[in-house]
Order: sequence, then structure tokens, then C-alpha cells
Amino acid sequence: MADINYLPGKEPHAREHRMIFRNVDRAGWDTSIATYLKEGGYEQLKAALKMEPKAVTEEVKKAGVRGRGGAGFPAGLKWTFIPPNNTKPVYLICNADESEPGTFKDRYIIHQDPHQLIEGMAIACFAVGAKLAYIYIREEFPEGAKILEKAIAEAREKGFLGKNIQGTGFDLEIYVHRGAGAYICGEETGLIESLEGKRPYPRIKPPYFPAAMGLYLCPTIVNNVETLCHVKHIIQMGGDEYAKLGTPNNTGTRILCVSGDVQKPGYFEVQVGKVTMGELIHDMCGGLKPGRKLKAVIPGGSSAKVLRGGEVFKIKRGDAMVDVSLEDIPMDFDTLAACGSMAGSGGVIVIDDSRSISWVLNNLNAFYAHESCGQCTPCREGSLWMKKITDRLVAGQGAPGDIDTLDSVARQIDGRTICAFGEACSWPTEAFVAKFRDELVADTNPGTADAIVNRETLLAAANLAQ
Amino acid sequence: MILKANFSVMALEIPSTLEQEIDERITHYPVSKRSAVLPVLHALQHHFGYISEEAVEWTAKKLDLLPIKVLEVVTFYPGFRQYAPGKYHIRVCRTLSCAMAGSFDLMDSLCQAAKIDRSGVNHHHPIAVSEDGKYSIEFAECLASCGTGPVCMVNDDFHEKVEDAAALLGQYRD
Repeated sequence: MADINYLPGKEPHAREHRMIFRNVDRAGWDTSIATYLKEGGYEQLKAALKMEPKAVTEEVKKAGVRGRGGAGFPAGLKWTFIPPNNTKPVYLICNADESEPGTFKDRYIIHQDPHQLIEGMAIACFAVGAKLAYIYIREEFPEGAKILEKAIAEAREKGFLGKNIQGTGFDLEIYVHRGAGAYICGEETGLIESLEGKRPYPRIKPPYFPAAMGLYLCPTIVNNVETLCHVKHIIQMGGDEYAKLGTPNNTGTRILCVSGDVQKPGYFEVQVGKVTMGELIHDMCGGLKPGRKLKAVIPGGSSAKVLRGGEVFKIKRGDAMVDVSLEDIPMDFDTLAACGSMAGSGGVIVIDDSRSISWVLNNLNAFYAHESCGQCTPCREGSLWMKKITDRLVAGQGAPGDIDTLDSVARQIDGRTICAFGEACSWPTEAFVAKFRDELVADTNPGTADAIVNRETLLAAANLAQ
Repeated sequence: MILKANFSVMALEIPSTLEQEIDERITHYPVSKRSAVLPVLHALQHHFGYISEEAVEWTAKKLDLLPIKVLEVVTFYPGFRQYAPGKYHIRVCRTLSCAMAGSFDLMDSLCQAAKIDRSGVNHHHPIAVSEDGKYSIEFAECLASCGTGPVCMVNDDFHEKVEDAAALLGQYRD
């Protein structure tokens, strides 16, 4: 990448492997199609259009790229879930709702390299046979929506979208659809409901797996922005070559977004699993603030279970069980899962010893209480209860039994809801209680009666905390 | 000052350019016109500042829906308002990374600089407006720029690493 100049102060770290973010913060780069075409833009779409659609899917499968939105499901495999005897139209939706706290990667792709996304989408649409695709973009990216619409118009004008693309007979229209500020629209079935013009209440699976019954009850592929960008690079490199990036079963690159208590927060595109948590925090992010100690790390967006500073994990490596310290965890999907958390959306939130765990958990609980769609009782009620209990803790009004209650509320949500929001909202509480119980207990007030079952007391306490 | 839903507005006057824009948006959904609820509401809110009862009815008529099918969308999404915000509507990110970077202090100093009293806000009425109606403010959940907190939006403009509330408001005086 010696030929690329980046804006002063925005140069990638030496350990980065810039592929998706190649053009982010690049000097002289802009969002026009002219700039994109100068660097071989849309060549991969042209190449893909000469292949059989099935062969394109095969390359993506061989690449082993796992979804970058949070679940980490293999993208190529997802595409093959469209029923083979399908006669209905197929749709593709790009999930650009980027709303998991701690995650800020899609923002830069959309705002600085929109054509990369459109090219990736067009290739994916060709592979799955979609002639109509939507980019579901969060409402809080108004500028991003305009940039994408301009880019789509440019691509259409140059014959990369529209009817009979590049004379191949393949038709495709892409439209931008703006959300309206609801986190739940990042859940793929909630997103589909929203795109149908309804409240984004997630659908139950089975039967509503989008690949079989998605938008308008037709087969629908929903992929994250970053995942769709990878498709372009997979076609460029070939699936086998791509799979050499990263580590086995954790292939390719991914963008890690670091925020919180580090010297230099930011985004870093690295080969999956080739950088450890310690290298990320202490080297790439310039370490913690002076005199501070690492207290906790949320490794994959706010829903990922927190890891405690100094924690040692017993994980399987080959046939042996080995001890791995927090700092030695490679930033991949499988190791983070083995450590009881997840790589999620790549949003790493670093928390140092100046922070109160009650305050951190309360902030997250307030988020989930606000964002629960309200469809399932355990989540609607439980998320609010968790917020109210931590409200009390922060206000110094927590009862001695509150931490057990908090844990019990969380465990009554997890696994009892239509969508994964139930896990997303209960995992932070479960993990913080498991790993920081002493500190949370220390924040309760022994003088407060254990009367949380009493609605009046609860309301009074919640008012106190406001 | 906390604004509550206010439906006593004049009859909706939709300029022809706005209606053309809306009609064009509807063509993006060849399978189901209902899908255009969000884009139509966005266009109306952008023009009028909020979604009035008349706007709900107009949207319903435009898309051949019962008004309740539109209203249920308006009341669900935090991005739609049923009352007029200030000329400059500020959204401050409240979520963890920005909170750690000082977004609660930013909220306080913005309120002070814009002379906004937030004491009456709650889940159903999250927006507070300055007495002169020029500024309004609310907390928003994660604006997806956690590495550059505290962040906020003023209307459609995005601002990162906001430290000086008065300087920010200074860009939005007229």
C-alpha cells in the first residue's frame, strides 16, 4: 500500500491490514464514481457477471467470511439457505443500521467509500438472484443516505445498476431506506418488518428465517455493510486466497472499533485473530490513560459479555486445555466465544479503574430499557427492571438483595424472547454481576430494606434516581 | 419547557415539490406501498419539523392505509416527533462510550448555553425546548461514532469531540 497517502494523523497503524478501509481517510480520495473507477472500481462486478451465480456463492463459501454484524454466521452459507425450488422473487437487504453501542465502522464505509458497498451488493445480488435490494440505513446518518443515493445514481448512469447490467441481461435496482432511530431495526426480522412499513417487531424463527420467508414473505438475504464489502474482495482474490487471511475458521480482515478509556480510540482493520486484545489496547490504541489500570473490556459491542481485567480463561487449544489471559486473547470469533463472550460487531469498549461498574451497567441498562421493542413480556418488563435496580445502585439507594434480584431478572429474560435482543439486554447484567459482584454489592446501601417486590418502593426509588 | 403533542395545527399544505419527492419515493417500493410509510413520514417531518395529526392522515390517504397504521409507526420510532422542536434540534449521544467521554456534561452545558430546562423530560416527552423556541435538545442512543465522543447532531449536521457548547451553538444563531 506504499502508493497510498493518508490524511495527516490518520495513517493506519503498522499492524493493520487495510482492505475494506483502504480508502478511508485517504488523501485525495472522494466518494465520486470517477475516483472509484480510476482504481479498478466495478471490475469485480464485471468479473462476477461472467461467472455462474452459484460459482460466486461458492467463492464466498470457500472464503469462509463470517457475518460482521454481530452473529458471525458464515455469509456464503446464509446465501445457500434460499430454498432450491424457490419461485418467488429474492431480495437482498444491506443492514446499515449500525446501532450496537461501541461500533462505528459502517459509518466510514458509507461516508467515504459508498461504491465499494454498492459493488459488493451488486455481486451478492447477482449470486443470490436478487433484482431488488435495499440499504436499510439508520436515520442518524442523513448525510450517509444522501451519499449512497448519489452513488447509486452514478452507478446506474454508468450501467452498473438498472436494466441489463453490462449487457448481461442482469437487472438490479438498489434503493436507500432510512430507519427512524430504533436499535431493534438492526435485528434482521425487525428490520424487515420496518421495511414493510410497520413497527419493527421481530418475527419468530422458525418459520420466519429471512432466507426462506423474509421481505414480503419472499426469500431475503440480510447482510451487514462490512460483510457485503468483503464480497468484492473475495471475488478479487478468489475464495481460497481470501481464506489465507486471518486464522482458520476466522478468515479475512475485520474492523475493530475501540472506544472508552484508551489514549487513542479509533478503528483498526486487522486480520482476524492476528492481533491480541493486549496488542490492540496497549500498542495500537496507545495504552490506557496515565496511571490507570485495566478494569474491564466489553469485546464485541455492548451486548457482548464483559471480560474482567486480569481474568484468566481456560480454553481448548488443540487437544489441550490452556490458560489464556485477557491480554493474550486473539481478536477472533472462536476464542472470544470460548472465553464466554463474543466478537460480535467488533466494538471494543475499554473501561479503566476510574469507572464505577454500577454506573457503567446502569448506562447500558438504560439503553436496553429504551430500545426493547416491547413485544415479549420478559424483555419489555425485565429490561426496565434492570434499569430501575441499577438506577437505585447509582443513587446509593440499592437494597442488599438487589444484586441477586438483578441477576435473577436477567436470567428470566435470556432465552425467553422472540429475538436475540433478550440475550443482548441480559448478557451485560449477567456478566457484570458474575465478574464484579463484590463491587456491585459494595454499592448497595445496607440501610435500605429488601422491598423491591413492592411496586410503590420501586417507583419511588426510580424517581429518586432521576 | 417540555412540549406535548399539539394537534391544533392548520390544515396541511403540501408544496408540489414535496409531493413530487414523496411520489418518487413511493416508486421505490413496487411490491407494497405500505413500505413507503417511513420515507413519507421522513419527508413530512423534514418539511414541517414534526408529524401532526393531519400529516398522519395525509400519509394514510396517500398510501391507502388506515391512519392507525401510520400513527403506530410514528409513536414507535424515536426518530419521529409529534410536536415541533426548536429551529435547531440537538441530539446528544447518551450511550456508554460517549457518556465516558463526557456527554452528560456536554448536555448540561448545552442546556445552559441554550437556556433550556430539561427538568420535565421523561420517556414519553424526551425533548426540551428553549423559551425562545430556537433550540431543542434530547438525548439520543448511540450515534455510532464511539471513538470520537462526545458526539451530537444539530439537525442533520454531525459533530464529534464536542467540548465547547457555546462555540457549537455559535454556529447556529440565525
